[in-house]
Amino acid sequence: MRNFRYVLAALLVAAAPAAQAKVLTVCLEGAPEIFNPELTNSGTTMTVLGQIYDGLVSVSRGGSTLEPALAESWSVSKDGLTYTFKLRHDVAWQSNAAFKPTRPFDADDVIFTFDRMTDPKNPYHDVSGGNYPTFNAKLKGNIAKITKVDDYTVAFTLKKPDAAFLGTMSHGSLGMTSKEYADAMAKAGTPEKFDQDPIGTGPFRFQAYQTDSMVRLIPFKGTWGAKIGDKNRTPEVDAVVMAISGDASVRLQRALAGECLISLYPNLSDKAQIDKAPNLEAVRTKVPSTGFLHFNVKKKELENVKVRRALAEAIDMKSLVKVVYNGMGHVTGAVVPPSLWGFAKDIGPYKYDPEDAKKLLAEAGYPKGFSTDLWAIPVSRPYMPNGKRAAEMIQADWAKIGVKANIKTYEWAEYIKRAQHHEADVAMFGGIYDFPDPSQILNNYLSCSADGTPAPSNIGSWCDPKFNKLLREAGAITDKAKRTDLYHQAQEEVHAQVPVVVLGGADTITAVNKSVHGFVPAVFGSSRFSGVTVQ
Amino acid sequence: MLNFIVRKIAMLIPTLFGITIVSFGFIHLLPGDPVTLMAGDKGMTVQEHAAAMARLGLDRPLWQQYLGYLGQLAHGNLGTSLVTHRPVLNDFLTFFPATLELSICAMVLAVVIGMPLGVLAAVKRGTWFDQLSMSTALVGYSMPIFWWGLLLIVLFAGVLHWAPVSGRISLMYYFPQPTGFMLIDSLLSGEPGAFRSAVAHLALPSIVLATVPMAVIARQSRSAMLEVLGQDYVRTARAKGLAPGLVVGRHALRNALIPVVTVVGLQVGALMTGAILTETIFSWPGIGKWIVDAISSRDYPVVQSGLLVIATMVMLVNLVVDILYAVINPRIRHA
Repeated sequence: MRNFRYVLAALLVAAAPAAQAKVLTVCLEGAPEIFNPELTNSGTTMTVLGQIYDGLVSVSRGGSTLEPALAESWSVSKDGLTYTFKLRHDVAWQSNAAFKPTRPFDADDVIFTFDRMTDPKNPYHDVSGGNYPTFNAKLKGNIAKITKVDDYTVAFTLKKPDAAFLGTMSHGSLGMTSKEYADAMAKAGTPEKFDQDPIGTGPFRFQAYQTDSMVRLIPFKGTWGAKIGDKNRTPEVDAVVMAISGDASVRLQRALAGECLISLYPNLSDKAQIDKAPNLEAVRTKVPSTGFLHFNVKKKELENVKVRRALAEAIDMKSLVKVVYNGMGHVTGAVVPPSLWGFAKDIGPYKYDPEDAKKLLAEAGYPKGFSTDLWAIPVSRPYMPNGKRAAEMIQADWAKIGVKANIKTYEWAEYIKRAQHHEADVAMFGGIYDFPDPSQILNNYLSCSADGTPAPSNIGSWCDPKFNKLLREAGAITDKAKRTDLYHQAQEEVHAQVPVVVLGGADTITAVNKSVHGFVPAVFGSSRFSGVTVQ
Repeated sequence: MLNFIVRKIAMLIPTLFGITIVSFGFIHLLPGDPVTLMAGDKGMTVQEHAAAMARLGLDRPLWQQYLGYLGQLAHGNLGTSLVTHRPVLNDFLTFFPATLELSICAMVLAVVIGMPLGVLAAVKRGTWFDQLSMSTALVGYSMPIFWWGLLLIVLFAGVLHWAPVSGRISLMYYFPQPTGFMLIDSLLSGEPGAFRSAVAHLALPSIVLATVPMAVIARQSRSAMLEVLGQDYVRTARAKGLAPGLVVGRHALRNALIPVVTVVGLQVGALMTGAILTETIFSWPGIGKWIVDAISSRDYPVVQSGLLVIATMVMLVNLVVDILYAVINPRIRHA
């Protein structure tokens, strides 16, 4: 009788439908370079590591407001120089075959994370190349000291006030790493494993990486997000498998075939096909990016603001944005994009007026026009999906006022290098915001230092004292309303002096299978796969 | 014979040395540098750029960098990727089985289909079959691989759902891959359906990669067969009343095979070229895609050492072929 019960039980188990594993498959556009966010600023790598690591501060899901992550709260000193973070308690670290944590996340981990990037004597400083692009570019020069106040309090003291500091801290590159894990790997003589086998506090932990093929993550049940009941930070699937598919058309085909439930960055021109597919939805995201046409103000003709204005007025921007951005762009004259605070709604594009443009050219001493080089970016970017097409349209518009534009382009590496060496007369360039602070693109693409040196991506060498003063003022205060006003004035100055023509920016689309629920693409940084369910 | 082999191996050394110069020069002559590319359109100051170049040792004169590279090679160190910070040798060993698996399948397909097609076309010379098969071979030869790959994906994966779109196995499978050959690893895994999935994923990329060699082999087989079929001994065999199948299979084909085999050997090199595009379209993690990605990101150590390792393997294959020729034909040994 007893044997019969066992047999019956076994039969019942065998007959029960096997629980279907809920696997979220995601088609990625590239392979992660490394598994430590400090060492990269690649958006693709951040998409992977954003699921594993947490920063002190994060950006709200699909939004642009800063919210607590591993820091529960923070305060800023009156002089704007000291930021004190209160750390979250009972945050568990993940584990792997080589490491089992004995303590939760605390101030020592924060100190270690930043010490590695700042102190050349830190044993990890030179491991894996020792290049910390985000930290070096945005924080290194301005951090005076980082102090452990107690086990759960850390203070960052800056050399000069930086209003964008908190925004910078939300960048995915500044994820917290485990000191205990680092010590264990150093002791084992395998420090490089620290950057290849990641240990974080996030909702998913690393299971496997098949080089250039796929990354497999599994839920970290002990993640702090689940403990505090934050659904957005709780893993809801049994695994996330990220398949690396470099070609956008292939990613779309994989989405159509159901191989990938989420396909990142399909071509904008494929939106109609996604809309038609019965199993897919094209989820549209307003990516905060700005594309420019930079005028090199050191060139003879272009140093005259009337010439720059004439060239701006000669471009039929509405047609350009409609064609080049596949109907998903926005026409604006403001440098800060509409999806970000600080956007100057009232600054529209330059009027399209070829006749007025001709008059302005004549007033500037070029009644018959002139000849100039026009550089078209060779790659597709959210701020410029089709540089060649845009250049051809601008060339045709300028021909109407007698300006002959010779379209030039270079392979991307060469383009960046030459443009940043100010070799172009007129060139397309642009950028994507990494964190929700309007200072970023204004500073990177249009500002100059106090000694008159243009910022690296200020390829037109425009150094305007009024504009730079406004930026410095806005960067030194934390009052959001006042900063908004100052950035508004700065954008008006750009509009008046025409160092650039704002070409706009396009929304991006993500092909999402209809069986996926709760996926909200990130506006800043990487999208989260926690809180996402598969039917 | 031993002298012959030693002589051949000795000749490899200056060739390898030459390859180090060419691969080093090739990647360093390309405009742009890895630091500028890593910074992207965000840019970096001149000082930041100089510091990053110094940290990577790229600020030294080229001849110093080259000597440093040779020194590394002398110690058996192929270097470490500037982008991923993984040892180049490890990555090569990861990617190579994927390319080898794909290339072997493509070559088998090309020979198994191409050769009989060419032979039949020769036997049925001037018929509709001859014209159709040779026209198809010409189309196959002229087909741009990228377009052909996408076309097959759209048709067989997108419309008919007969084959998966890309990758090496369904994303639902996860098992250790000790050999790196998916067909073998899927069998070893014991996971139900894994082997079938691996075969299904191999089908379209193999067809795409096999298309050009298949066309070349078919055309070469036809012309070689035509030449042999016109020989006196074939006519004699027919006159003796031998069955047509025996005449073609036993007498003509064996003699026609020599130039065909030579062409098959040459197609191995062509497969490497095709693999670069095929791997890109089908997200196949092989060495073709690896090198292309490294060139795009100016990952100097990967390009330098990757090309060196690939060239070494090709030379070793040639060495084996030379030795085999020498075994077959003693006159070559003494030449």
